[in-house]
Amino acid sequence: MMNETVFHDIALRDTRRVLLGKLTTGIGSAALASLLNPRPLGAKISGFKQQAVVDPMHFPAKAKRVIFLCQAGGMSHLETFDEKPKLVAMDGQPMPQSITQGQPIAQLQGEKLSCLAPQHLFLRGGKSGLRISSIFPHVASVADELCIVNSAQTEQINHDPAHTFMNTGTQISGRPAMGAWLTYGLGNEAENLPGFVVLTSVGGGQGQPIAARQWHSGFLPSRFQGVQFRSAGDPVLYLTDPPGVTRDRQRRVIDAVNQLNKIYDETIDDPEISTRIAQYELAFQMQTSVPELMDFSGETQDTLNMYGTKGADGTYAANCLLARRLAERGVRFIQLYHRGWDHHGGVKKGAQATAGLVDQGTAALIKDLKQRGMLDETLIVFTGEFGRTPMAQGDGRDHHIRGFSMFLCGGGVKPGIRYGATDDLGYLAVENVFHVHDLHATMLSLMGIDHKRLTYRYRGRDFRLTDVHGNVVQQILS
Amino acid sequence: MTAAGNRRTQSWILRVLVPCGTVIPFLVVAAADPIDFSVHVQPILSNRCFKCHGPDGNARQADLRLDVRDVAVAKVIQPGDSEASALIRRVSSADPEQVMPPADSQQPALSAAEIELLRRWIDQGAKYERHWSLEVPRREKVPQIPDGNWCRNPVDRFVYARLKDAELDPSPEIDRRTLARRLSFDLIGLPPSAEDVEAFVANGAPTAYEDYVDHLLESPHFGERMAMYWLDVVRYADTMGIHSDNFRPHSPFRDWVIKAFNDNLPYDQFVRAQVAGDLLPGATSGQLIASGFNRLNMTTEEGGAQPKEYRAIYQADRVRNFSVIFLGMTLGCAQCHDHKFDPFTTRDFYSLAAFFSDVAEVAVGRQVVVTLPRIRHDGQDDLLEDQIAEYKAQLDLETPELAAAQRVWESVLKPPAVEWAVLDPNTTSSQHGGLYRSQGEYVKAESYHCDADGILEREYSTNPNSETTQVVARVTRPRITAIYLELLTDRLAPLQGPGRRPDGSVLIKEITLSVDGENVPLVRAEATVQQQDRSADLVIDGKDDTAWGVPPQTAETQRLILELQEPIEAADSEGLLLTVSVSAGGNKAIPGRMRLWATGAPLPLHIDESLVMAPVYRIAQIPEAERSAPQKKVISEFFRQTTPLLVSPRNQLEELLAKRGERGAPGATLVTVSEKPRMVRILPRGNWMDDSGEVVTPAIPGVFGEFAGESDRLTRLDLARWVTSTDHPLTARVYVNRLWKLVFGAGLVRTLDDFGTQGRPPSHPELLDWLATEFVDKGWDTKYLIRLLVTSATYRQSSLVSPTLLSRDPENELLARQNRFRLDAEMVRDNALTISGLLVRTLGGESVKPYQPAGYWENLQFPKRKWEHDQEGDQYRRGLYTFWCRTFLHPALLAFDAPTREECTVERPRSNTPLAALVLLNDPTYVEAARVFAQRILDQPGPVEARFRFAFREALQREPKQAELAVLNSLLSEFYDQYSADPAAASQIQTVGSAPGVEEATVIQYAAWTAVARTLLNLHETITRN
Repeated sequence: MMNETVFHDIALRDTRRVLLGKLTTGIGSAALASLLNPRPLGAKISGFKQQAVVDPMHFPAKAKRVIFLCQAGGMSHLETFDEKPKLVAMDGQPMPQSITQGQPIAQLQGEKLSCLAPQHLFLRGGKSGLRISSIFPHVASVADELCIVNSAQTEQINHDPAHTFMNTGTQISGRPAMGAWLTYGLGNEAENLPGFVVLTSVGGGQGQPIAARQWHSGFLPSRFQGVQFRSAGDPVLYLTDPPGVTRDRQRRVIDAVNQLNKIYDETIDDPEISTRIAQYELAFQMQTSVPELMDFSGETQDTLNMYGTKGADGTYAANCLLARRLAERGVRFIQLYHRGWDHHGGVKKGAQATAGLVDQGTAALIKDLKQRGMLDETLIVFTGEFGRTPMAQGDGRDHHIRGFSMFLCGGGVKPGIRYGATDDLGYLAVENVFHVHDLHATMLSLMGIDHKRLTYRYRGRDFRLTDVHGNVVQQILS
Repeated sequence: MTAAGNRRTQSWILRVLVPCGTVIPFLVVAAADPIDFSVHVQPILSNRCFKCHGPDGNARQADLRLDVRDVAVAKVIQPGDSEASALIRRVSSADPEQVMPPADSQQPALSAAEIELLRRWIDQGAKYERHWSLEVPRREKVPQIPDGNWCRNPVDRFVYARLKDAELDPSPEIDRRTLARRLSFDLIGLPPSAEDVEAFVANGAPTAYEDYVDHLLESPHFGERMAMYWLDVVRYADTMGIHSDNFRPHSPFRDWVIKAFNDNLPYDQFVRAQVAGDLLPGATSGQLIASGFNRLNMTTEEGGAQPKEYRAIYQADRVRNFSVIFLGMTLGCAQCHDHKFDPFTTRDFYSLAAFFSDVAEVAVGRQVVVTLPRIRHDGQDDLLEDQIAEYKAQLDLETPELAAAQRVWESVLKPPAVEWAVLDPNTTSSQHGGLYRSQGEYVKAESYHCDADGILEREYSTNPNSETTQVVARVTRPRITAIYLELLTDRLAPLQGPGRRPDGSVLIKEITLSVDGENVPLVRAEATVQQQDRSADLVIDGKDDTAWGVPPQTAETQRLILELQEPIEAADSEGLLLTVSVSAGGNKAIPGRMRLWATGAPLPLHIDESLVMAPVYRIAQIPEAERSAPQKKVISEFFRQTTPLLVSPRNQLEELLAKRGERGAPGATLVTVSEKPRMVRILPRGNWMDDSGEVVTPAIPGVFGEFAGESDRLTRLDLARWVTSTDHPLTARVYVNRLWKLVFGAGLVRTLDDFGTQGRPPSHPELLDWLATEFVDKGWDTKYLIRLLVTSATYRQSSLVSPTLLSRDPENELLARQNRFRLDAEMVRDNALTISGLLVRTLGGESVKPYQPAGYWENLQFPKRKWEHDQEGDQYRRGLYTFWCRTFLHPALLAFDAPTREECTVERPRSNTPLAALVLLNDPTYVEAARVFAQRILDQPGPVEARFRFAFREALQREPKQAELAVLNSLLSEFYDQYSADPAAASQIQTVGSAPGVEEATVIQYAAWTAVARTLLNLHETITRN
C-alpha cells in the first residue's frame, strides 16, 4: 500500500513546462493544439490575454477590433436607410403577389398583403449626399463616414434564430459566436479585460429577449466566451468583494490561496496550477479595472454631452461611450444590443422613438473614435438581425429577411458610399446581394483573416464562421 | 494480444504524430509491416480526398470515388503497383495543375510520410476494409501476462501489454486517501466524509478496496452522479431554449434517470425506455416519463414562427442528437448533403427522422404537459407501480368470458331515458382555419366530413387563443327541443383536457343555433360543472365577454345541455339543417375534442346518465363486426368500468391509486405520445420550403443493412430494438467508452462523439471491444462495468507524471498513469456545500433555484421574470437540481463549463478562467459555505493547529504540511487583528446567505476563521480530482 510519501516523490518532479515549451517551439502551438486534440495540455497564456492562432495574418489587417451595434428586434430599413419612393405611391395597395409568392413570412402568414408607405422623410447627409431618414439626424451628420448596405439578406425570420444566424452563421445551437471566433483567431490584447464584451440596452419598442447563446463560445474553448458587462448590480458577475471583506482583505485571501497553490504545485507540478494562480491575480485586478472602466468621471463634459449620457447607466448612449473605452483598452470584439426595434405596430412612432435612443450615441461613437485617431482601426457594424416588410401589419411592419439595410464604418471600409439595392418596393435585394455570410467573410478579411482558413475541428469536421459560404465583398473595401 | 491487434494499436499513433513532423522513434512502424487500411489509409483518404471523391454524390468530382474499391481500382489504383497508380502520381505531383488535393482547395499537400503510406498500401494490394466502428466488436483473448503482479483484472492485462510493447512501466498505486477521494468524486460526485476516509485507510481486510467501491456504488448518490452526465448527453433542461425560453416541466425525467442508474437498469432497457417507452407493451408510468427523452429538444413559441419550418428543425435536431447520443456518429452532417466522410446519405438522415414522425408535439407554442406520479427514491415505488400496472392489465384483459358477458350486457342494454342523436357535421368551418381529424387524417374544417363518431378533434399544433367553430348538420328527427355539447377528454391535450390550455381549462363564450338560416333562441343551460361567474347560462347571454368555464385540471369529459325556447319541427322526412356555432377560448382555453348532440325529448332536461349513455348506446347498436377500433374501446371500457365481474380489480386499483395519490402530488412532465406519423420528405439542401423531395419511411441507415420490424412500417420501438441489439457495432462501444471517460478523464476513443472516419481510432481497440462485449454479455450491466474499471490497477495509479513519461506519452494514451482534472461544475458546488455541512441530500423533485445575481435574467422576455431563489432546504441542494435555463444558465455553473444543453454534450471543456475565480471568491453560495464551514471548524476543540488539521481533512481529505499550516496560521492571526479593529465588518460577513449567523460577541473569531475557510474552498486542489 502506498502512502503519502508518493506526494513527495522527487523522481516524479517536473520539467513538464520545459518539455511542453520545447514541443511548442518545435512544431508550433496550433499544431500542438491539434496534436493534443481535444484540448491542449500545453502552457496557455494566462488571464484574458490570448495568443492569436492566425499568425502570421492571412492578409494585412485593416482593423484591429469590431464594434458591433446590433439594433435588435429588426430595424426597419424602410424608415431608416433604404428610401423607396415607389412604396409611397403604392401605399395601401395590394402587394404584388409575384413578389411575395413562395417567400418565407412571419406573422403575416395567411393575411392579405398590402403596401405601407415609408413613414419618415429621407434627407441628404454630408458631402456624399447619402440619403438617410430624418429620424437619424446625428447619424446623417457622419454620413460621409458610412458605407450603407441596402442589399443585406439573412435566412432566419424569427428573432432568436435570426440573432443566432447573425452571430454564428447558422441557426443550429452550439456554434461559436463571431466575437469568439475573432478572439480565437486574433487573440486578445487587453491585459485585464475579456476579449469579447457584450452590452445591452432597451427601449423604444417591444424589447425582444436576447439569449446568452448569442455570445457563447460554442465548441471553441470556454475562454473565448463573450462576457456581459452590466449597468446594474455587479458590472461583471461576482465582481464585488463579499460584505465585510475590504480590498486588502480580499488581496490577503488571494495571497494565501496562491501560496498554498504554489506549495501544492511543488509536489504535483501541474501547469494548470500556475494558470490558476494567474487567474486569481487577474480576477483581483478586474475587481479594480472593471469599476474604473465603468466610471465616466474622467470623461470631459463635452464628451458626455456629445454622447448624450451622464454615466454608465445602461442606456445605449452610455454603452457607446463604454464601447470606446473598451476599444481603448484593447478589447477585440465589443457588441452592443439595443432591444427595441420590433415594430409590428406603430412603426412610425416606434422607429422614431427607438432611433431617438440610438442616434446620438452611434454618431458620437464614430466622431469620438475619429477624433482620437481610432476610427480607421475600428470596424463598426450597425445592423438589425433582419429588416421589416414593405407590407403593412396594421400600422406596423412584420419581420423581413429577403432585403434589409445595415451600415459599416471605419477600418478599411469605403466611406460615404452606398452598396447594393432592393427592388422598387424594398422587398428583395436585387443588386449586389450582401448575405450575412458575406458580412462575416468581409469582416474577417478586414481583420486580416481568410474566412476559409480560420477553422476549428469539431465532431470530425473543420468548422468555420461562414460554414461553406461567404464572399469577401471587395467593392466596399477602401 | 494478437499480432494484428498489436499492429493496429501501435501504428495508429504514427498517423497522429507523423503529420506534425514529430518522429518518436519507438512508435515507428517497421518497413515490412503490413499497412492497415482503416488505421493508416482511410484517415488520409477521408481527410484529404473524400470531400470531392467520397460518399457525397453531389459533391463528387470526375465521377471518382475513393471510398469504394471497385471504382478506385477501375480509375486510379493499380493494386500491387504504386508506380502505375494515378493516385500516387497525382498526390505527389509537383505540377500545380495536377497535384491533389488541388491547390485552390485550401488543403495542404500530402506529406511525404502520408504518400509513403499510400504507396506501401497499394504495393501490398490496396486492400479495403470497413471502418472499424462499423464492424461488430470482436472479442480478442485477454493477453497473458506471465508476471502478473501489477495486473488485477483483464483491463490491466490489455493496458499492461501495450505498455510493455512501448517499454513503459505503469505508475505506482496512489495512497488510500487519494483513492478514497478519487473514487468518491468519480462514483457519487461528492467528497468522502472524513470518517469514511479514516475507516478505509485503517481497513486491513483484503477486500477493503472493493468494499469501499461497493459502498459507493450502492449509494443513492451514484444515480445523481451518473445522471449529471447523462443529462448533458440527452440535453435535459428546464426551459424550452428558444426566444421566450419559458419553463417546460421535465424534472420527472431527470428523476427517472437517477433512479434507473441507482436500480442499475440494464442499459438496453434504459435506452428502449427513452426512445420508445410509450410503445412498450403495458408501459409503466416510469417508462412513459422516460419517453420524455423524445421531447427534450428545444422548441419555440415565438409569434410568427412557421410550424412547417419548426417541424423541420425539430426532426433534424432529433436525428442529429440521436445519432451522437447512441451511435457516436455525426449523421447530422447528412441533413443537406450526403455525409462527406462517413457512409451516410441524406436518405439515411430523413429515413431516421421518419422514426420520430409519430411524436406528437406543438410545432409553435406551449407543449402539452401530462401529470404522472413522480419518480420516488424510497424503494417502494416499483412495487406500487407494478401492482397498479397489474390491476390495469387485469381490467384490460380480453377473455372469452368477458367478451360473452359484454355481448349479453349489450343485448339487454336499454335505450337511455333521453335519446340523443349525434350531429354528424355535413360541413364545418373554423375561424382560424383549424385542422380536424377525419378518417384518421387531419383536414381543413371546410373539407371535414362526418367521422364515425361525429367527434371534432382539432389538430393541436396550431391551437389559436380563441376559436369559433361552426357545424352544419342535418338531423333526421321530426322535432328538436335541446342540444348537448360534449367536451371530451383529450389524450393529446395538457392534463388530458378537455381544454387545450396548459391547465386543461375551457371557456365557452357563446353558442348559437340556427335552422335554415333562422336564429333559434336558446333559453336554458345546465352543465356538469358550475363555477361562480362562469355559469352555464353565460353561453346564451348574447355576450362574448362572458363564458361558461371548465375549471383547470378536471381531466374529465364535461357536458352542457341547452334548451330551445320553442321546439322546432321538421317539415318533411329530410329532417332539419342545424347550424351550431360555438365560440370558445381566451388564452387557448378552447376545447380539443367536442361533439354535438340533439334531442326531441320533452323539457325540462337535466344532467343525467343519459348523457353518458348516449355514446355507449349508440355504439351498442352497431353490429360488432362493423365497429371501429375506437368504438370498440369506448364500449369495452364502459362495460369494464361497470360490470360486476370486475368489481374486485376495480376496487383494488382504486385503492392503489388513492395510495399513490397520498404519496404526494403527481409531477407535470412531457412524455411521448404517438400519433399518426407525419409525412417525411427528403428536404433538398435541408430546405424546409422545398416540397420536391421524395417521401421516405422509417429505415435504419443503409450501411447497417436492414432491420425487420413487427410490421411493414418500422416504428420507434423497432429503432430502439435495433440500437440495443446485442450485435450492434456501435451502441455498447460508444457507451463503455463514455463510462471509461468518467473514471479516467478521457475515452479510449478520444472523440467521444465521433466514431466515424474523422474521429480518433481507439488507443486500445482490443480492450474497447473486450469491454463492449463483456458489457453486453453481462446484461448491459452499468455498475458491473464501472466496478470492473475502478477496481483495476490501471485506475489506482498515481496521477503524477515523470518527465520521461510525459515526453513519451504527453496525452496519456497508453495509460501509464491516472489523469488529473478539475471537478465538473455541479461537483464544485456540491463539494463546497458538503465541506461546509450545508448540503441537503434530498433526491429528486422539482428543480431548485440557488442564489443568482439579481438582474441576470434582464434580457429574458415574454414574460419578464425574476429568479426567486429558494429558501432553507432547497437552497442547499446538489448542483444537478439547479433550474437549467438554457438561454441564461446559472452563471456559477457556466463559469465552470456546464453546457447550456441545447445540443448533446458528451464532453465538457475544462477551462481555468478569472470568471471562475470570481465565482469561488464572491458568489454568496461559496461565501456562505465558508462562514458555515468556519462554524464547523470552531465547533472543534482547540488548539488552533487541531482546527487547521480538521479543516484540511474536511476540505482535502489529508493532513496539512508544516508550510501549509504556517500560511494558514499567519492568515488567521492577521485577520484576528483586522477584525478586532473592525468588528462591524466581522458582523457583515455573517449576513451572507440565509444560514443562521453567530452571536454578536463571537463574530470576530468567526470572521477570521471564515477567511481561512474561504482560502481552503478556493484552492486548486479542492476543486481537483487527482
